[in-house]
Amino acid sequence: MKVLVPVKRVVDYNIKPRVAADGSGVETQGVKMSMNPFDEIALEEALRLREKGQADEVVAVTIGAQVAQDVLRTAMAMGADRAILIQTDAEVEPRAVSSLLKAVVEKEQPGLVSMGKQAIDDDMNATGQMLAARLGWPQGTFASKVEIADGRVEVAREVDGGTETVSLSLPAVITADLRLNEPRYASLPNIMKARKKPLETIEAGSLGVDLTPHLKIVSVAEPPERKAGVIVETVEELVEKLKTEAKVI
Amino acid sequence: MTALVLIEAENGRIRQGSRSAVAAASRFGDVDALLLGKAGTEAASKLPGIRKVLHVPALDHALAEPAAALLASLAESYSHILSAASSTGKNILPRLAGLLDAQPISDVVAIKDDATFVRPIYAGNALATVQSSDSIKIMTVRSSSFDPVEEEGGSAPIDVLDAPADDGKSSFVKLEQSQSDRPELEVARVVISGGKGLKDASNFHTLLEPVADKLGAAIGASRAAVDSGFAPNEMQVGQTGKVVAPELYIATGLSGAIQHLAGMKDSRVIVAINIDPEAPIFKVADYGMVGDLFELLPALEKAL
Repeated sequence: MKVLVPVKRVVDYNIKPRVAADGSGVETQGVKMSMNPFDEIALEEALRLREKGQADEVVAVTIGAQVAQDVLRTAMAMGADRAILIQTDAEVEPRAVSSLLKAVVEKEQPGLVSMGKQAIDDDMNATGQMLAARLGWPQGTFASKVEIADGRVEVAREVDGGTETVSLSLPAVITADLRLNEPRYASLPNIMKARKKPLETIEAGSLGVDLTPHLKIVSVAEPPERKAGVIVETVEELVEKLKTEAKVI
Repeated sequence: MTALVLIEAENGRIRQGSRSAVAAASRFGDVDALLLGKAGTEAASKLPGIRKVLHVPALDHALAEPAAALLASLAESYSHILSAASSTGKNILPRLAGLLDAQPISDVVAIKDDATFVRPIYAGNALATVQSSDSIKIMTVRSSSFDPVEEEGGSAPIDVLDAPADDGKSSFVKLEQSQSDRPELEVARVVISGGKGLKDASNFHTLLEPVADKLGAAIGASRAAVDSGFAPNEMQVGQTGKVVAPELYIATGLSGAIQHLAGMKDSRVIVAINIDPEAPIFKVADYGMVGDLFELLPALEKAL
């Protein structure tokens, strides 16, 4: 079975995002970029399936400009066998991304798509569900455990108030949540090896997908700042202030 | 214009997040409610401001595949389709959007007009105002941003609908609920959270629970505490966990990482207890205490 792992290049999660002065978005020029952390987890899960003998090939795919190749090299350094760049300079939203990925799925015919539950830039949490819908495949979102047996996959899902387990026929789409696994680091020898792994580039325009956004960003602003308050010395003082000043207890 | 809200019931009541979504939907015009599963019919029809309740008793576990297919078959009659930004809503609504080739709008925190909305991006470090050109707008709304409608006051008629045919591609296996007598994190009036400073899982019980008991508070955790195995993930407060906005939020032994702040900075009053006076959490706290939480938390419990 082949596993397709869509990955996204995003502002590194340790960087505090800065809103552009003209309110058009968040600064990405000259900012450290990395693979979306949830995608690393999704990739790790695919690699573990291969190591268990349940998958025979792991293919990473990303959508973006030429520079997005770096996250594909990272994916291959972690262990993906090969990678595909769907090249476009356009800003693409989950609607277009899921259409492009559908075209890749039709070409590659994976038995499983393993992807992050959301990207930490637009926080949309939508692409996996939309891809599954377009393919007519079942979906296991917010996965904390994945087990493949007898042509089906059992997915434990993180839901409000607990864990829900669903059984899905394959092929299926899985979106990874935090607790699914802890991704490995790419070792230096593997980073070197990844340079020689195959990376295919496909022009987004050749896939016949309408990339026009349906959601226009009108403006982006800083959230209102909270002001720092006062330091209290004793718990008695704290309780007194909560009672009489803040009136919350 | 008419909006459809996917509502969720729990223990015979309609969840607060769903009631917030109904409140948000009422800005667009008439509101119909869609209830999946056997439970909660009576509670749904009592919600104020609902034109009618569409009830699908057969979809007991709200699996995304049949639920999205059903919503797609109903969608044409509506200008907006909403749900709470709950795990159910986030599972089903984007799938519906995929079926309709629309771009869903996640985590809406403000409605500017029928097509223009505000939503947080970058873990709440920025707020994006977005405008949708889809003919049917599909969105999940943050419950902390819309005052919920009351639980009672209405008497909407109930239309019972059949579920779409089951294609066998997905089935429910089990639900393991976390056992707790405490209020749900997202609706609690008071939340007390612990971070890595609690040092291990047993301290979550021995230090946080007595204070939480006195205050009737829900207990939360930072991502670092969850990753360290001190607390289960459903207790995580933050962009990658739950977003809360209680009256009082008490942060103990957590530094205030960007992603944690995104999940609690809209709380009305924030108290921080931390041994490190430089911890970023003090920058957002209304009241800060610098010191050892192993002494301060028991003292706080006594003082309450």
